[in-house]
Amino acid sequence: MTLHTDKETVWLVGGVIALLTLASAIGFLLSKSVKSEGARATVKNLNSRTRAWWVMVIVFGIAMATGGIGSILLFGFTSFMALREFITLTPTTRGDHRTLFWAFFVVTPLQYVLVAVDWYGLFSVLIPVYAFLFLPIRSAAAGECENFLERTAKIQWGLMICVYCVSHVPAILNLRIPGYEGQNGKLLFFLVLVVQMSDVLQYVWGKLLGKHKVAPTVSPNKTWEGLLGGTLSASLLGGAIFWATPFTFWQAFGISLLITFMGFGGGLVMSAIKRDRGVKDYGTLIEGHGGVLDRVDSICFAAPVFFHLIRFYFT
Amino acid sequence: MIADLFAGIIKLVSGANPRWVGCNPEERQRIYFANHTSHLDAVVLWATLPMSLRIRTRPVAAQDYWTKSKMRFYLASKVFRAVLIEREKVSLKNNPLDLLLKALQQGDSLIIFPEGTRGNGRDIQPFKSGLYHLAKKMSDVEFVPVHIDNMNRILPKGEVLPVPLLSCVSFGESLRLADKESKSDFLERARLAIVDLKQS
Repeated sequence: MTLHTDKETVWLVGGVIALLTLASAIGFLLSKSVKSEGARATVKNLNSRTRAWWVMVIVFGIAMATGGIGSILLFGFTSFMALREFITLTPTTRGDHRTLFWAFFVVTPLQYVLVAVDWYGLFSVLIPVYAFLFLPIRSAAAGECENFLERTAKIQWGLMICVYCVSHVPAILNLRIPGYEGQNGKLLFFLVLVVQMSDVLQYVWGKLLGKHKVAPTVSPNKTWEGLLGGTLSASLLGGAIFWATPFTFWQAFGISLLITFMGFGGGLVMSAIKRDRGVKDYGTLIEGHGGVLDRVDSICFAAPVFFHLIRFYFT
Repeated sequence: MIADLFAGIIKLVSGANPRWVGCNPEERQRIYFANHTSHLDAVVLWATLPMSLRIRTRPVAAQDYWTKSKMRFYLASKVFRAVLIEREKVSLKNNPLDLLLKALQQGDSLIIFPEGTRGNGRDIQPFKSGLYHLAKKMSDVEFVPVHIDNMNRILPKGEVLPVPLLSCVSFGESLRLADKESKSDFLERARLAIVDLKQS
């Protein structure tokens, strides 16, 4: 799983840094020029978001530069933090304590060890089969029956979303694409860039001309204009960087369209859960961004689909 | 230095976030009284205070628990300077109230758990009368209600290994003993102040 840095990687990273520099510069100019109280708050929010993006890009850059192991550690840590936010909002009881201990300290690390040793067979069934069977046994053995099915279902769901789905991001590095050996880091970059840019662009398009709400009861900020504008422009971006991938332009565009729609769906599902639990953000870890889970909800839903598309059609 | 590092680790493990709802972190003498569900409560409340307040605030903790091992005793006596009190064999000689008053007279703030024992995390049990006696003797100290959320899930009663969930520490509006307020009225008012914080 050795990755090497080539000219294309340099172009991708350079592009992102240029984009962020531009965003920081605009944010700085805006902070100097706005007068009204409301606009100042918006600009402050924007600037703290940009700062958080810098931090994330630097962390991501270090993870990529250290080869496969850095990425595995980064996404393993992300899973851990996301699961922590998820379970915090989930009403588990005393009887789940030992089960949760297994979920956090055995299942989660093991899933990433399987990525590291490239044991695909077990990687793909560890959580959907073995955790699914073992964790309820552990809870039942603790002897608490109240809301049993609900509690175990929620723990399983948290593991699936936060650990199983997220672990498909570094697992991309294990795919063997003929003629593209050692370059999979760029595919990981492609996935994260397209899905995250789609989030940002949906927000921008929605702010500019959002009118018709997609699901007003779930998320009042998500509009058809934002959805279509965001996914299409992010997919164009995905198509435009096809030269860094094993795809043609149209393949890159189509795959981008699919993963940005999955990303949108992920955001929608996680909003529904948050709304049900009566909170706005999952945590307060990254300034201006809500929690880790708020950042990766779209990646959770996009990563397995992206992974399987490549696995079925390009390896 | 060690205390800061320790507070940082505690905050990381418990994901504890302070919410200053009814008062601000100010440098004045206070008694923080909180609900009790976990052995970690005292340490978590202590760790979420800003550093300048933390060095003047001492948790009141059970002697039997914090003297069980050398490590615990070191932490309790040197790192967070706990006021260790006897729970089982209380006599005139080791009356916990005297120890607390002594600490207060030195100008320190205290963290206490007036329920006496750890609860299940759902209901807050009636308060023991110590809080009332402190309020009567120390009329110029602020009594700040604190609600610690989720610690019963992070390290419940009877468990040794914590699960890394996120907790939240809410600080409410301070209260004092009113003129002619009876013991039971004051204790119930203080208890309800924490219940209110829980629901806010």
